[in-house]
Amino acid sequence: MVVPSAKLTKELFSKTIKAEPTRNGFGKGLIEAGKRSDAVVALCADLSESTRVLDFKNTFPNRFIQMGVSEQSLAAIAAGMALAGKIPFIASYAAFSPGRNWEQIRTTGCLQNVNLKIVGAHAGVSVGPDGATHQMTEDIALMRVLPNMTVLVPCDAIEAEKATIAAAEINGPVYIRLGRESTPIFTTEKSPFQIGKAQVLTKGNDVAIIACGPLVHEALKAARDLEKSGIEARVINCASIKPLDTETIMKAAKECGAIVTVEEAQIAGGMGSAICELLSEECPTPVIRIGMQDEFGQSGTPDELLEHYHLTAPWIVKAAKHILKKK
Amino acid sequence: MPQRRHTVSAITDGDVRKLELIANTIREDILTMLVAAGSGHSAGPLGMADIFTALYFHILHHDPRRPQWLERDRLFLSNGHIVPVRYATMAHAGYFPKSELKTLRKFGSRLQGHPEMHFLPGLENTSGPLGDGSSQAVGTAYVAKMDGSPWHTYCIMSDGELECGITWEAALFAARNQLNNLTWIIDRNNIQIDGYTEDIMPLEPLHDKFAAFGWNVLEIDGHNIRDIINACDRGESTWEAPTVIIAHTIPGKGVSFMECEPSWHGKPPKDKKELGAALKELRTLGGKISNETL
Repeated sequence: MVVPSAKLTKELFSKTIKAEPTRNGFGKGLIEAGKRSDAVVALCADLSESTRVLDFKNTFPNRFIQMGVSEQSLAAIAAGMALAGKIPFIASYAAFSPGRNWEQIRTTGCLQNVNLKIVGAHAGVSVGPDGATHQMTEDIALMRVLPNMTVLVPCDAIEAEKATIAAAEINGPVYIRLGRESTPIFTTEKSPFQIGKAQVLTKGNDVAIIACGPLVHEALKAARDLEKSGIEARVINCASIKPLDTETIMKAAKECGAIVTVEEAQIAGGMGSAICELLSEECPTPVIRIGMQDEFGQSGTPDELLEHYHLTAPWIVKAAKHILKKK
Repeated sequence: MPQRRHTVSAITDGDVRKLELIANTIREDILTMLVAAGSGHSAGPLGMADIFTALYFHILHHDPRRPQWLERDRLFLSNGHIVPVRYATMAHAGYFPKSELKTLRKFGSRLQGHPEMHFLPGLENTSGPLGDGSSQAVGTAYVAKMDGSPWHTYCIMSDGELECGITWEAALFAARNQLNNLTWIIDRNNIQIDGYTEDIMPLEPLHDKFAAFGWNVLEIDGHNIRDIINACDRGESTWEAPTVIIAHTIPGKGVSFMECEPSWHGKPPKDKKELGAALKELRTLGGKISNETL
């Protein structure tokens, strides 16, 4: 089922699979990016521990800038630093950055097309007990619509590390979406990652499941369960939402003829929307979008919430079986 | 290591008079370009002509032939809507031909309605949404200090945009980081689109507010060239804090029917007749001298 070139861990469905939050991978990637380029600096809005910028601060104290709870100036001051030659990463919770400072990101980051790297931690309902105010589900839509912006949603800590290093190495603004909870690390150092490329993780021509973020693991579990019913699902990890890998997605649409998209974000404007926009123009294909259905989250454990909002493997299986009838 | 820094040189009386005449010509150009454009802001650009002239013709270390020169002083514009004064001053300083001024706000022009850095070399930033430019100037000044660069960062901003919360976020940050290589110049003209600032959202006591935020605060007559130069010199020589210059200006300066009138904030002269009346005032220095070419 698993495509060998995806180089996924052998522990893929094991109960002992290692788990870490994607933000940890960002923390490691930021230090590596800092080692590779002196121009990399990090700014944080009073959340340096939980966004994992703290290790960068300890490694490069002169390249860390404490902003206080000031998300608007966080973005604009960082853009000013980019104008002067730096590669600033700005870190906060996604609800506040890019939630609160969208206009500064638009004008000073994207319109000026500078090296502003926005890191939104604690995205999605899996933030858990903090409740809806802190569960950012609109960020993909907010960032995807901006010209010049690159949007990355890494699926695990290892991919988050790669995405962070890659973000530092391209010119222009980048948004990286991160989660709070520990989630399975199912890719490996050898797994391919490239901005603008989606990765096919499993073989299958019956239905394609295109997912992003930690829910890619739920998609893989769904594919395993579908296999038991004789349905072969092609799971695609769409970490690069913008630029979108149109080639891989079009190929999946043509060869599978039915698609389920999975994301921990509003279906309006999210990754599923990006895929529907592509397919409705180029290759009309039946699609079901799994995600937040025009509603906010609430307090609860991450597992309770993912289940409540129908974001887990059994719901993906159900959607896949349903969409097959529309082929 | 002590930071090597640019300095502002002294100015002679003769040079002051030369700059006053340049500023007056820039005012004429501003009105002519606004009428050609058919839209845009009149009062702010006229009120800031003296400050832009002093900056480009005396204070800033810059080179119109090398707009990306790494050691240039950075001049950010936060209230992008007054950009006609910057365009006119840049043209006079040699950044581009004065004939290009009449393309303001037109399709295909490098002179966008609000300044866009990628359209015209020599603009440090893109601005229009108020409050963003002053924060960016803070970021750039921070980098200069971090890297020990000698250049100074200036930012021109409006009094109305002090109503934006981001301005005070950046003010806290600049003071906390002792950005003595940063000078904000506030166009204190007391008007904004909907009326007088003190009616809409009182800003006074403005001096005390910035002092309480830890800034070095200077107040000047924004039409006195010598005052402007001296204040910038003091700003560049300050060691422990960022400097804010509250420049008291007359919106619409030089054209009696525009001066201090909020309705002129966001519109150009409506036709050639109105333009002619305004230009006549500027060319006769308010009727004090006659000019046979009129």
